[in-house]
Amino acid sequence: MLTTIINEISKWMIPIIIFFVPLIAYLRRVRVYESFVKGAKKGFSTGIKIIPYLVAMLVAINIFRASGAMELIISLLNPVMNLIGAPAEVLPMALMRPLSGSGSLGLATELINTHGPDSLIGRLASTMQGSTDTTFFILTLYFGSVGIYRYRYALYTGLIADAAGILASIFIVNLVFG
Amino acid sequence: MVNLIWLGLIAIGTIVAAVNGRIEVVTEAALEGAELGVKVALGLISVMTFWLGMMQLAEEAGIIKMIARIVAPITRFLFPSVPKDHPAMGAIVMNLSANIFGLGNAATPLGLVAMQELHKLNPDPKHASDAMCTFLALNTSCITLVPATIIAIRMNAGSANPTEIVGTTIFATLCATVVAITVDRILRKIYRFRGK
Repeated sequence: MLTTIINEISKWMIPIIIFFVPLIAYLRRVRVYESFVKGAKKGFSTGIKIIPYLVAMLVAINIFRASGAMELIISLLNPVMNLIGAPAEVLPMALMRPLSGSGSLGLATELINTHGPDSLIGRLASTMQGSTDTTFFILTLYFGSVGIYRYRYALYTGLIADAAGILASIFIVNLVFG
Repeated sequence: MVNLIWLGLIAIGTIVAAVNGRIEVVTEAALEGAELGVKVALGLISVMTFWLGMMQLAEEAGIIKMIARIVAPITRFLFPSVPKDHPAMGAIVMNLSANIFGLGNAATPLGLVAMQELHKLNPDPKHASDAMCTFLALNTSCITLVPATIIAIRMNAGSANPTEIVGTTIFATLCATVVAITVDRILRKIYRFRGK
């Protein structure tokens, strides 16, 4: 029920914006076509500007992923996972979540297909995927678009929040479906 | 910090690949990463152009300021350093609502608009401002109410109830957001105290 309502809102939101924003602007005597084009001009340069930042970060993440370094960390962390009541199978996905959105989605899909969508592992993987966004990607993209290199504490906040999202997923899935 | 992490990912990755006897994957992975970076950036150009045009319209029509004023009670608490009807507030709110309703296509361009607005208020163009850190804390932790992609994957895998994870996801994402806001506040104080 709630899901349906939210889905309906999602479906209608952008068409409503597309309809009302130019209309209201016109009624307020904005030269709508000129104004749209003026804003849109910055689109290309922003896209080009973020290329070096994204390439730098994705190259590093890709090398790390392909090397097998992840598996090494996983074998070190496995005992911790057992301690907090999480199946070890979801660990690679939990570690991948802040690094790569498509990577963790791929791992989640694999877990769901292997263990079944209605298994504890399947439900946990589903919940974890949706609990946070891809911290590294967001920071690289957003800071890159305005030319900022010094993130100060933003990365710590993002990673601590990711850890909180993962732990909260483990807790709630065990509580509701366990 | 980001320099060390960047070097760490590359150095550890290369050493582990060498030890595993798979050094050739490093070259492949590096070029793949570069290609992906360019692809993502180019893919953003179309949506960026569209949403920047829409945002310009919304701003000139006064809609952004209106949104900023409506949510002022919340944003004044979260972003004390941003003037209360600054366009950045409107862009931040639009980005977060696009995230919450799963409009990923719109969320990123709107978020980049918000960053550009926040950057206008940034006294130091090389360092992230307090408001930027808070915005990204919210942005990386708060995510869609209905994770459509995961639901589709569960459906394809033959789940008896594909949407049953919506509730657990909302709980987990709320926890992450609360932690993000709290940690952001604490670190902001610490960094300000240390003068960084």
